[in-house]
Amino acid sequence: MFNRILSLLIVSLTFFNISTASAVTPSEPLWPTLKVAYFGDKEISENANDLLVIEAPKRAEDAAIVPISVTSLVEQTADKYITNIHIIIDNNPEPYSANFHLSPELGLIDISTRMRVDQYTFVRAIAEMNDGSLHMVSRFVKASGGCSAPAGKDAAAALARLGKMQIRMRKPTVGQPVQAQVIVSHPNYNGLQFDQKSRLYIDAHYVKNIDIQYNNKPLISVDTGISVSEDPSIRFTFTPSEAGSLSANVTDSEGQKFTHSKDI
Amino acid sequence: MNKLSLSLLGLCSLLTLSSACTSNEYSVSEVSSGIYYHQGVHEEPSEANIGAIANVGFIIGERCVAVIDTGGSYLEGTLLKQAIRTKTDLPICYVINTHVHPDHIFGNAAFKEDKPIFVGHEKLPAAIAAREGFFAKTFKQTLGNAYAGTEFISPTLTASLGKAITLDLGNRKLTLTAYSTSHTDHDLTVFDNKTKTLWTGDLLFMGRIPVMDGSINGWIKTMTEMQTLELNFLVPGHGEASSDKWQQGLAKQLHYFTILRDEIRIIIEDLGTIDQASKQVGILEQNSWELFQHYHRRNVTASFVQLEWE
Repeated sequence: MFNRILSLLIVSLTFFNISTASAVTPSEPLWPTLKVAYFGDKEISENANDLLVIEAPKRAEDAAIVPISVTSLVEQTADKYITNIHIIIDNNPEPYSANFHLSPELGLIDISTRMRVDQYTFVRAIAEMNDGSLHMVSRFVKASGGCSAPAGKDAAAALARLGKMQIRMRKPTVGQPVQAQVIVSHPNYNGLQFDQKSRLYIDAHYVKNIDIQYNNKPLISVDTGISVSEDPSIRFTFTPSEAGSLSANVTDSEGQKFTHSKDI
Repeated sequence: MNKLSLSLLGLCSLLTLSSACTSNEYSVSEVSSGIYYHQGVHEEPSEANIGAIANVGFIIGERCVAVIDTGGSYLEGTLLKQAIRTKTDLPICYVINTHVHPDHIFGNAAFKEDKPIFVGHEKLPAAIAAREGFFAKTFKQTLGNAYAGTEFISPTLTASLGKAITLDLGNRKLTLTAYSTSHTDHDLTVFDNKTKTLWTGDLLFMGRIPVMDGSINGWIKTMTEMQTLELNFLVPGHGEASSDKWQQGLAKQLHYFTILRDEIRIIIEDLGTIDQASKQVGILEQNSWELFQHYHRRNVTASFVQLEWE
């Protein structure tokens, strides 16, 4: 699915850049076109508030760091579960922002990450069920004001710690849900940053995938794009069924790999 | 006489954006001998205030004039230039930008025809390049007609860390110092050796809530060092210039960021979220600052993701 989306993305990007670059608030809603570009003619049930909750601040306080979380209201079961959650930010340069591949063993889904949002936009979470059906919830986020820009604050510091990782969690108990956070330090260059020495724009260089496993069994794998903030962070809840090791493997767009694990 | 001023007033309210009218209201005051500043209003930038929200000004030497920050719009830049011409006919040889934010650099183009040397921190060109597209599309809407004519002009003379530069305006030497990441990653201060007057740019906000667009730890360190400065006068980036009020302003700003850092560290330690921090942290500070609601949560958000890496 993601490969198909990626190839469509390239077509759609060249098309959308024209319209999104020219105005702060696009007058034409992009969603009808985005929907076709990313999901073809598949039906999406909108306002799926009985299945999912999406949270995002009403206003993007810092355009470079907007926390977005998605929780499910229905437990994952072997028979019926969410296979993917797609995050779309309509008015970003690259609207298709993340694809969370989820294990049926996660219980209730509780995931969050941080995105760049530099203009008024809808942020959407679309759950794809194991039967292929699609269910969407959305929030409207206002742009930040003043001097806020989606640029990094301290490029030198971000680059200096590239690849450093953390896995953070409260003290876990076997059989009890626990919140965990995986963070990887990465400048996540989106192609809009400028190198002061060479006086050239830095090529996009960003984290493409974060694969989180418990005892070598997949929990969450996230395909990420340039909307994701510097130092990508994934927060999630899972229930360790036995003592073991939580590991995260990160791959970036230049094929660099970073890994980190924590014993429970 | 009364009739005349009344009709002028009427004209002004009709033509609030014409520079001929606004210039009557655009005042500069003398900080110390030969140093003038226009104090920005504590508001968000808008078409009505032409983006004139930051402190901007100039220093007059025996040979020429240095401009320090040019205002939040091309229009403000032209008004600042008119104000300079009411004080001196000497050429404008330097335009110094303390950092990248729109309220400090948008007036640069108003000085282009004077062919000054534009001066800034060595990281200012990169900061402009990374933001100009975003600033242009956002501020065209924010400033409306006041935006017209605004251009992004990068410095050709730059100061780097540990290598201050000296500009001589004719029997008047200015020392320009580049800082490590504090308010931004390219803050620059201007010190007039003759009167011991320091222009801090946005390393110091007074009255209006400070905005962290660099490093919370870096800025706290810089503020701590600034406390020992021996000066006759200080011009902050926002708020009143003075000889005796800035010490208290600096202590207050340092207190704000120290509180933020202490409270955010506790939340991070407890695996709390940005959302939780932005609702809880620093709430007692809310009556201490103007425009608190506009920037406080942003400060918390930006600080949070930095303090995660301590």
